[in-house]
Amino acid sequence: MFSEQIPLFFGFVVVACPTILTIVLGLSSLLEYKLEERSTEKLVYFATGVGLIASLIVLASMLIGGSRHITVELGQWVMIPHLYHFSVKLVFDRLSVPFAILTFVLSGTIAAFAGRYMHREKGFNRFFVLYSLFVLGMIVTSLAGTIETLFTGWELVGLSSALLVGFFQERPAPSRNGLWVWINYRFADAALLLADVVLHHFNGEGDFDQMLLAVSWPDGHSALSSQQALLVGLLLLVAAAGKSALVPFSGWLPRAMEGPTPSSAVFYGALSVHLGAFLLLRSSPILQQSTTLCVIIIIVGLLTAIYAYLVGTVQTDIKSALSFASLSQVGLIVAEIGCVGLVDPEWGYIPLVHILGHAFLRTLQFVRAPSLLQDYRTLEDAIGKNLDQGGVPLSSLGTRKAQSWIYRFAMERGSLDTILLDYVVNPFVKAFRWCDGLERRWTDFLSGESSRESDLIKSQLETIEDFS
Amino acid sequence: MNVLALPWLDISILVAFIGAFWVSRQSDPLRAHRFGLGFTGTSFFCSFMAWLAYYLGTDSVLITRWSLQPFLFGRQLFSLDELSAPLVPTIALLHFLTALATPRTLMRRFSFTWSLFSETLRLATFSCKEPWVLIALLVMSTVPPYIELKNRDRPTRLYTRHMLLFIVLLIVGGAGVELAGSATTPAPWWAAIPLLLAILLICGTVPAHCWLTDWFEHASFGIAILNVSPLTGVYAAVRLVLPIAPDWVLQSIGIFSLITAVYAAAMATVQREDRRFYAYLFLSISSMVLVGLELHTQLSLCGSLCLWFSTMLSLGGFGLTLRALEGRFGRLSLTRHHGLYEHSPTLAVCFMLTGLACIGFPLTLGFISSELLVESAVEANPYVGIGIVAASALNGIAVLRAYFLLFTGARHHSTVSLQLGFWERFAVLTIAAIILGGGLFPQPGVTTRMQAAKEILADRMVHIPSERVDHAEEDREP
Repeated sequence: MFSEQIPLFFGFVVVACPTILTIVLGLSSLLEYKLEERSTEKLVYFATGVGLIASLIVLASMLIGGSRHITVELGQWVMIPHLYHFSVKLVFDRLSVPFAILTFVLSGTIAAFAGRYMHREKGFNRFFVLYSLFVLGMIVTSLAGTIETLFTGWELVGLSSALLVGFFQERPAPSRNGLWVWINYRFADAALLLADVVLHHFNGEGDFDQMLLAVSWPDGHSALSSQQALLVGLLLLVAAAGKSALVPFSGWLPRAMEGPTPSSAVFYGALSVHLGAFLLLRSSPILQQSTTLCVIIIIVGLLTAIYAYLVGTVQTDIKSALSFASLSQVGLIVAEIGCVGLVDPEWGYIPLVHILGHAFLRTLQFVRAPSLLQDYRTLEDAIGKNLDQGGVPLSSLGTRKAQSWIYRFAMERGSLDTILLDYVVNPFVKAFRWCDGLERRWTDFLSGESSRESDLIKSQLETIEDFS
Repeated sequence: MNVLALPWLDISILVAFIGAFWVSRQSDPLRAHRFGLGFTGTSFFCSFMAWLAYYLGTDSVLITRWSLQPFLFGRQLFSLDELSAPLVPTIALLHFLTALATPRTLMRRFSFTWSLFSETLRLATFSCKEPWVLIALLVMSTVPPYIELKNRDRPTRLYTRHMLLFIVLLIVGGAGVELAGSATTPAPWWAAIPLLLAILLICGTVPAHCWLTDWFEHASFGIAILNVSPLTGVYAAVRLVLPIAPDWVLQSIGIFSLITAVYAAAMATVQREDRRFYAYLFLSISSMVLVGLELHTQLSLCGSLCLWFSTMLSLGGFGLTLRALEGRFGRLSLTRHHGLYEHSPTLAVCFMLTGLACIGFPLTLGFISSELLVESAVEANPYVGIGIVAASALNGIAVLRAYFLLFTGARHHSTVSLQLGFWERFAVLTIAAIILGGGLFPQPGVTTRMQAAKEILADRMVHIPSERVDHAEEDREP
């Protein structure tokens, strides 16, 4: 009896740690009570440390007890008899436990790095508030036992990412890029929300246990028909593509590098960028129901990998190069998930191991990036010649004309951002500004005079006495 | 004697009314503010007690015994029910917090007299179920905004034309329903259409929404927030239209509202000024509430009523943070970055929090209501669900765009402190606490809203018997 309670208790601790951390840091920020840098760091170390130990204990108890699947029911958050329920349920299985451990290890490591990197930075506390929100979002997403719980964590990760991209807020560029990231995320969130609702509609609930017919990952099977699986799967793929910057949403990834290096490392090198792949892995039983869906996933994954490789080759700053290197691996991971859907679910361990290995390697590369150039220079001075660049240069690909096209394609990052701007964003803004103009003419006509006081507002703040 | 048996609702309305009269006699803005604060605070306390009495099941006969209403009107016109019980104290709270958060710089512009008078009308409206009294109150509610425009020497023609049309349609519709007479069949088309148009007009549904954005341009922001955030038009729809309207009327409201929700959300993302942005955000979210009402299933109604409650608080709080910014910097352009974060991080956090609650972000008050609404919408019609999700996504983009433009960028330097005052901080933190508290513990709110939804549907079933079959099946659903 007692041995059954241990994993349940520590399962609860795993989620409680980042939750309490977020509440403490968030409240101090809201009330403008400034915590000492050292205190903030200690709190983060403590929460991630305890969370990591708790998740290791859960893993150990699963290994010792031979259990592959532990469910921690935190109860019904909202319940309307016969009509609706939102249950908060955590699942510890072979997918979620490695992901939770990965999150705690990398978050703790990067927090230690960030403590020094952000030392005396004006937004030190703001950084750690958003960082704790991110860790909470990652843990909730990883351990979610229902798609609604997953959506909650997913949104927390999205918000903290966008706000951290715009962290250096005295310059307009980071906030512009933060907004761009957020727009992509909102699109992905909308797709996930629709998937959630459609799944509820087909299944009666969004419980992963029900979805996998109470068989633990990766052996679950979905009760959805092939057509239903295709619809839900496509929505999940769009959500995953937005979150993991898969083609055609890859344009936001280099923009996200405007954020502080520690957050870039843990978000876009290690954790957040793999969240799309995690979502697909978590819903792999659905993918297995539709061959068409699996083929589409493989194509999207491979396209992303090729795109990221080509674009990454011509990047001139190290953070962008690393972000595209990350993306090419994420593309491969997604393609692997598609392949798993076509063969045997047991092969699902391959993309999982790929994610874990890649996340650790890339985090190391990101945190090493600020000092790497200096070390390169020192090394080249010492040996008296340039170091080998390595890799396959674009000049070795195809004919001269093809090389030129590929080079231009890579330099312009496949024009993905430009295409989205020219064919989606700008027409959208233009259309609704036109509507705004129509409304102005209509209200002027009805008022019999100029109706827009807002036209007289100066775009620059001149005096604070300039009230309306 | 049980203190809860006092007619707290009557006292609450009366206090606001006396307050309006009393404050109108004060010429000094500071004194007017002090009295205004006292009266709105007392009115809030009384309405809170009225809610408490209702919630604890105090016998209505006991309350009626002390009530003045039978002497004044011959019967009980104003009382609380499942729908209005939490709405009335929330309206009073918004009035109190708005008065509390009025800085000295805005005291001359913010009319406490008209604010208290509007509060009287609003509290009476939200506790009234009698159709003709409600119509009279709705007609009277159009007057204070007109006087606000007049007092500020702003153009009134556009507002007047829209409101005259609204009044005519409302009265014609009400008279039509009365004339049709039969209480057990849906209202005939010639009575339903004027009512439908009146509701669409007062709710600012596209294409009849321009009066609202125009009014935001010219009115003082505090008055504008108080006027729109309770969603009086939605209340009118629930009381006047929902019980008697045939399905096609509800569907029409739903279609227009869905178009408004998406259109206004898109417009909010491209606005160049803070007030117009707020006005479109309001239009989009209030239209989503109407969409939920139109679907008239238990789940959609429950979601819609939850969204209504959360919208009142979150949009009210969001408006208060914007108003606090306006009080310091004047009206703000959304064409450049203002860099206001460092002046008041609390304001930035509250702006974000209330804005996120408006869009139904997880762990805020609006999350569960959005989930319920989307869930019921998809079940009723997938396209409605997609429309709501699209509107919600666009609203999210609009809110974060405004945040980035207002709070990031090169810091604006001023010679005086632009920190939040104590009472302003208290007001925005109170709303933030309710938004987070309600977001973390949504069950009590959902339960009461479900009860209200059942009451509304029961009321509709009395008039439209064919509905009984549908909802009986809904209740049996596993």
